[in-house]
Amino acid sequence: MPMLSRLQWAISLAVLALLLALPFLLPSFWTGNIMGRAIVYGIVAMSLTFLASYGGFISLAQTMIAGIAGYTVAVLAPTAIPLGNHWLPYWALIPLAVAAATFAGAVVGLIAVRTREIYLLMITLALAVGFSLFAQSNIDWFNGYEGIRNILGPDIFGYPFRNLYVFYYSSLLVATALYFLVLYVVKTPFGLVLQGIRDNPRRVSAIGFNVGVHRVASFALAGFIAGWGGVLITFYNIGITPGSIGIWATVNVLVMAVIGGLGHPIGAFIGALVYTLFDTFAATIYDRDRFNTLIGLVFLVIVLVSPDGLLGLFRRLTGWRTGRSVATETMEEKT
Amino acid sequence: MSGRLEIDDLHVRFGRAHILQGVSLTLGNKPLSLVGRNGMGKSTLCHAIMGMVGTHSGQIRLDDQDLVGLNPNRVARKGIALVPQGRRMFPSLSVHEHLTLVARKGDVPWTIERVYETFPRLAERRRNGGNQLSGGEQQMLAISRALLMNPRIVIMDEPSEGLAPVIVDHLVETLKQIAAEGMGVFLVEQNMRVATAVSDTVAVMVTGRIATTMASQALMDDAEAQRRYLGVSHGH
Repeated sequence: MPMLSRLQWAISLAVLALLLALPFLLPSFWTGNIMGRAIVYGIVAMSLTFLASYGGFISLAQTMIAGIAGYTVAVLAPTAIPLGNHWLPYWALIPLAVAAATFAGAVVGLIAVRTREIYLLMITLALAVGFSLFAQSNIDWFNGYEGIRNILGPDIFGYPFRNLYVFYYSSLLVATALYFLVLYVVKTPFGLVLQGIRDNPRRVSAIGFNVGVHRVASFALAGFIAGWGGVLITFYNIGITPGSIGIWATVNVLVMAVIGGLGHPIGAFIGALVYTLFDTFAATIYDRDRFNTLIGLVFLVIVLVSPDGLLGLFRRLTGWRTGRSVATETMEEKT
Repeated sequence: MSGRLEIDDLHVRFGRAHILQGVSLTLGNKPLSLVGRNGMGKSTLCHAIMGMVGTHSGQIRLDDQDLVGLNPNRVARKGIALVPQGRRMFPSLSVHEHLTLVARKGDVPWTIERVYETFPRLAERRRNGGNQLSGGEQQMLAISRALLMNPRIVIMDEPSEGLAPVIVDHLVETLKQIAAEGMGVFLVEQNMRVATAVSDTVAVMVTGRIATTMASQALMDDAEAQRRYLGVSHGH
């Protein structure tokens, strides 16, 4: 079975071409602070979407896992303030951070392996809050509440990562690669087993697959994805603080994933873009202190109108089937 | 390739309910059917063999390997496949994805191609989702899913349930053919006509015990036994 239909390939390539051209069409603020930001946060949201869409696991630990990658980079980065002066170059540091996130993902999967639904939510939330508080209270490594600053990122072809184009295109490259990785994986036997687990774990077990091992592996893969997001977010913010991986950051990523629509990895990026637009411009549309109210209302309206997010809305308006819908077809009999 | 499945004095309890009260059965080269009314413990027996429910005491052996206490995935890898009651498709997977999921690589009797040859209807519907199929198509898919595991023994829990008579006839032929090729067939049925058509021997389950094992023909001819063990004189 092909990964995408011919039409989907055509649309994907058209969108990709548009994204490649965007920095030349938009003001630089848009390239970096809207599109670039949406892409890097979208990666973390996609790790959640992947788990939710194909495994049926809603994990609130994805921001924490991104944070583990972010802190790994920050703690060891050559330019870090106040720690700094480490010898490890970025080309070794970034894979190390992603590996740490992958490992953390597997550990979260292992801890949560027997839980489902609300219990999985509670366990992953507890882990997320716990790690954020740990980072906040740890001075020696994480510099406590203030976090670690001046994480500039690597130079690429002689250009600093802070260069708008370098940041944008690097993020786009990583996001695109991960996006197609997810689309590929869900068509492999591993991905099919995962969807089988979502539908009916007992049945998957009865046809000879170890449900626990597949669950842990899916969390590891989600950790790998979130890790890349965490590294890029740390470069985007030029540092990392406990606040950026705390409960609000966790909720924001969840909001992105849900606004966009669980059911297809593209939903995470759509959600991240919509969220970023509101987060940036709500203050100018609405009262400065109350832009969170506006975001909350938008979230509420989208969830009420379309439980499977903007993707679901689009699907219903066009009659197009872009992927699996979690919200509308989960509750089959389970035996 | 078929294995010898031996069940000896098997007990299963759910809390205070004593569901299986000492079941002993042997499945050898020939197909065996198990009949009995609703609620007698037939499905529980299937689940116990697969390791899907815990057993209280007793033994389940496949060629002298102990299966008690193994997880379902281990039991499946030992060579036992269950076609569950109600088919249990994965709603989000297509027909073809169901088959790819279980297909084994290498030199095995059952391949995806052979499934499509045996059930041309599935080939036509390869892109349809598991919950977009008719009952008969779902049953074909459920059986195919089990066959592709190339098990030594296939256990079928009420495969004829809810199927049109013409489909049931096709099902019976398929099961006979599978058995003739040497796969062990353990058929759990309420439909006595199907059970007796597939196997020469029928075991009858009553309240968690094997009440009797008799020749299929003998059960067919004995209206009194049918009334006593199955409650109705079956004639679909």
